[in-house]
Amino acid sequence: MQSRTLEILVGFFVCLGVAAIFLLTFRVASLDTVGTGSNNYRITAKFDTIGGLAIGASVRMAGVKIGRVKGISIDPTSFQAVTTLEIDGRQSNIPEDSTAKILTSGLLGEQYVGLEPGGDDKTLRNGDEIKFTQSAFVLENLIGQFLTSMTQKDNNQGSSQPQNAAQPAPTPAPKSK
Amino acid sequence: MKLGQIVGDFLRGLGEATLFLFTMIAALPAALLRPRLVIQQLYMIGMLSLIIIAISGSFIGMVLALQGYRTLAQFGAASALGVVVAFGVIRELGPVVTALLFAGRAGSSLAAEIGLMKATDQLSGMEMMAVDPIKRVIAPRFLAGIIAMPLLASIFSLMAIGVAGGHLVGVVALGVDDGSYWSQIHSGLHPHDIFESLIKSLVFGVAVSWIALYQGYHAAPNSEGVSRATTSTVVVSSLVVLALDFVLTAFMFR
Repeated sequence: MQSRTLEILVGFFVCLGVAAIFLLTFRVASLDTVGTGSNNYRITAKFDTIGGLAIGASVRMAGVKIGRVKGISIDPTSFQAVTTLEIDGRQSNIPEDSTAKILTSGLLGEQYVGLEPGGDDKTLRNGDEIKFTQSAFVLENLIGQFLTSMTQKDNNQGSSQPQNAAQPAPTPAPKSK
Repeated sequence: MKLGQIVGDFLRGLGEATLFLFTMIAALPAALLRPRLVIQQLYMIGMLSLIIIAISGSFIGMVLALQGYRTLAQFGAASALGVVVAFGVIRELGPVVTALLFAGRAGSSLAAEIGLMKATDQLSGMEMMAVDPIKRVIAPRFLAGIIAMPLLASIFSLMAIGVAGGHLVGVVALGVDDGSYWSQIHSGLHPHDIFESLIKSLVFGVAVSWIALYQGYHAAPNSEGVSRATTSTVVVSSLVVLALDFVLTAFMFR
C-alpha cells in the first residue's frame, strides 16, 4: 500500500477516536451547563437534613438549572448540613429572602435544590446565606409519622374495626352491623 | 508433568514476561523516533479493527436498550433507558468488550506475526545486522496498541450509546422520548466517568499488547509454537482483561 494512503487512513482513525472521546465528554457527559464563568458566585444554605443530595446536584429555580451544589459539610455547632451553592453569574438578582428547598425530581429521581424567589429588594451576593430552608423529604420519617398517627387513631377508636386479618384479632369479636 | 515443574514453569514465564515488559518500556523512546513504524502498526492494529469494533458496539447498545427497556417499562421508568445504556457501556462494556475483541482481532495477529518472524529467523537476522528487534519490531507495535485501545473503546462506546445502538433501538424503534433519553444521560454521567473509562481501556491496551507480543516473541520457532502462541494470547489476555476489570472497578467506582 502507498505510504501516503496509509497515513491518511491512520489519520482518519485517530481523528475518529479523538472525536469520539470529545463527543463522549461534551455531548454525552456534558460538562457543566452552568459554565465556569468568572461571574459565578457562591451562597450557602443550612438544612436540618439533606437526604440524598450529592455534590454536583443541580440548583434550580422554576425548574431551570441555574447552578449546582459545590460543597457539603456539617456545621460543628448546630449539627446542620451546610451546602455551598454555586450560582450562574447571569442570575445576579435573586432576592435575599428566597427559600431553598431540597426536592426530588419525580418519585425516584435525583435530589436537587429548588430556589423560590422572595420579594426583597436586596439580592444575594457572594458568600451570603439563605435564611429560609426546607429540608429533604425523608420517606422513613414520613412513614414513621404515619404509623404513629395510625396507632393513635387506633387507640382512640378502641380498635373498633378489627377487620384486618393480618393483625391478631382483639378480644371483642367483630360485631356485625 | 510434576506439580513442581508446572509451578516452576509458570513462575519462569511470569518473570520472563515482566522482564520483557521492562525491555519494551525501555525501548519506547526508540519507537517514538521512528513514527513511520508506529503509524504503520496503528493502521494494522487500529484502523483494521475499526469496522468490527463499530459493528459490535452498535449491537451491544441495541441489545442493552432492548433488555433494559423491558425491565424499566415494568416500573414505568422507560425514560431512564438512556442512562442505563450509557452507564453499562461507559463503565463496563465499552472497555471490556473492546479489549476482548482487540485481543481476538489484533492480539492474535500480533502474536502470529511475531511468532512467524521468529520461526523464519527474521528476528535473528535483524540481530545479525545489529538491528535490535525489540526496538525495530516490538516497541512500535506496543506503542500502537496502547494508542489504539482507548480510541477504539471510545468509538465503541459512542456507537453503542448514540449513533446506532441504544439510540436506534430505544428512541427510533421503542419510542422512548429523544429529549429524555439524552437529558437522563446528561444528568447521570459525569466527565469523570469518561475519564475512568479511558483509563480502563488504556490499561487493557497495555495488557493485551504486552501478552500478545510476549507470546509471539517467546513462541517455539515452529508452526506448532506459533499456533500455541496465538491461542494462548487470546485465552490469557481475555482472562487478564476480566480480572483487571474487576480490580480497576473496585478501585474506581466506590
